[in-house]
Amino acid sequence: MDDCIKLEYSVSGDDFTRAGEASSNLKSVLRQIGASPDVTRRVSIAMYEGEINMVIHANGGIITVYISPTEVKMILKDKGPGIPDIEKAMQAGYSTAPDDIRTLGFGAGMGLPNMKKYTDEMQIESEIGVGTTVTMTVALN
Amino acid sequence: MSDKFFHSVYLEKDLCRGCINCIKRCPTEAIRVRNGKACITSEFCIDCGECVRTCTHHAKQTRTDSLDILNNYEYTIALPAPSLYAQFNNLDDINIVLTALLKLGFNDVFEVAAAAELVSEASRAYVAAHEESWPLISTACPSIVRLIRVRFPNLIEHLLPLNPPVEVAARLAKAQAAEKTGLPPEKIGAIFISPCPSKATYAKSPLGTEKSAIDGVIAAKDVYSLLLPLMKEAEKDPKDIAKAGKIGVGWGCSGGEVGGLMTDSYLAADGIENVIKVLEDLEDEKFSKLQFIELNSCNGGCVGGVLNVENPYVAKAKLKRLNHYLPVAKSHRSETPADEDLPWTMPVDYEPVFRLGSNMIESINKMRQIDELLQEFPGLDCGSCGAPTCRALAEDIVRGNAKKTDCVQILRSDIHKLSQTYTKLARDAITESKDSSASIQKLLNYIDSLTSEISMLDSQGHPLDSESDDNNT
Repeated sequence: MDDCIKLEYSVSGDDFTRAGEASSNLKSVLRQIGASPDVTRRVSIAMYEGEINMVIHANGGIITVYISPTEVKMILKDKGPGIPDIEKAMQAGYSTAPDDIRTLGFGAGMGLPNMKKYTDEMQIESEIGVGTTVTMTVALN
Repeated sequence: MSDKFFHSVYLEKDLCRGCINCIKRCPTEAIRVRNGKACITSEFCIDCGECVRTCTHHAKQTRTDSLDILNNYEYTIALPAPSLYAQFNNLDDINIVLTALLKLGFNDVFEVAAAAELVSEASRAYVAAHEESWPLISTACPSIVRLIRVRFPNLIEHLLPLNPPVEVAARLAKAQAAEKTGLPPEKIGAIFISPCPSKATYAKSPLGTEKSAIDGVIAAKDVYSLLLPLMKEAEKDPKDIAKAGKIGVGWGCSGGEVGGLMTDSYLAADGIENVIKVLEDLEDEKFSKLQFIELNSCNGGCVGGVLNVENPYVAKAKLKRLNHYLPVAKSHRSETPADEDLPWTMPVDYEPVFRLGSNMIESINKMRQIDELLQEFPGLDCGSCGAPTCRALAEDIVRGNAKKTDCVQILRSDIHKLSQTYTKLARDAITESKDSSASIQKLLNYIDSLTSEISMLDSQGHPLDSESDDNNT
């Protein structure tokens, strides 16, 4: 990881208006290193969906991003309730978002499926009562 | 071939005091203060005019033509922007302004608002036929197109590929004039009366088309005082030449362009910071179920352009009043544009001006250098170095345009370290040496070394003077 850029973002669980700050910042970094517009778009959408999940379900967390000449790797780690059934969570349309979040227009159940769709690799590790770590990679051409 | 980064915004150096107001307001961080004067990085500048608006010393100005340009042509046509009509008090009849323009010396007048109605018609058809490109983004404000091509390349495919009303007006006006007078095109001048620098830049460096038909651009504020007495005359017997209706005249304000689209599925944003927020959200696909997005970089729309005289919101109210008695749109059967006048003939390409290096590995290394530099900077974004933020200074250093000691905070701490080092050494020199002449020699050596180290920190290169001695009594 020597020729890597490491970025760290702290996602606040309390402030909904700040959701999206991390993905916005990452976008301008990617623009400056010359990543293609398509990669920039996919990374920022996947990252934004992951960030929102952390705010809605896990009371925030830490996002670490490693950028190497070949790929962008995002590690989203929270200390939230954990995901009981990961396979179910990955189903399009399935959502456990609370009602007040749904009234804001979120909770369509497309977050995790979208993250998988836009990235090249995605892994979820989760333990009930401990937390969840989502790792996503997008290749840079 | 026009310079793709030509700008009409420029600095009147003698008036610039090197304050940091403009560098903080520029939405693309294009301005730096170097050697006491502001300078604009032309690849980042989008001609939004924020710096012209903010400059308290009126040093930031716009390059536009004077009325002398009329002498270059045998036949001239004025193209007034609709926001011009809103600059005057108690105006009831647009014909008064148009007649006054004829009295000012133009041979003919062609309202940009009239061309706007044709663009509205073509836009309605395009939006209906291209659902795959929804939401479509308006391209009438050239600063928006320039912003998207450097910062939002993913949205280029959403740009509405139609020429702005001013371009359509210029082409139609000249075609009509050529038919009427039989003169060759180079003797006919289509002169735009502009609310902003962005459109002045567009005339010399258009987007979506190879060359603009606009021959000159005069600032609205430059004709304002000249028109007032002429309008008093014109009031007595105005010519009936106004051709635009509510839709065309409405283009002068934010929300006017979407008004011509007859749809509820739209968003209209004005003010460059607001526009940037909308574009960021659109890029992240946080909303997409709209047909059309109207964006104006000036607050209030074109009435807020920096070359206009009236307060934008007062102007908006005046346009509402003027529009009250106008029909929705006037038919333009005589104004049929040739098929080639409306659509874009050239694509807009992504210009990756923010890239740090010439390839990915170089850019990544520079990004790491930026991160290292940021650890040393205080993070105050004070602007004293001439860059708007600490991060921008780090970028400048890595691009080779600045040095670390431009940061006043770093300079102060370097001087402090220097001062501590030499105070200690000087004391040691006195106490250690028993032989007084040897210790004096040592002191002299330290003073010599100290002088040369301080002069390396001193960017102005002045020799040390004894001013401080005079102050001690």
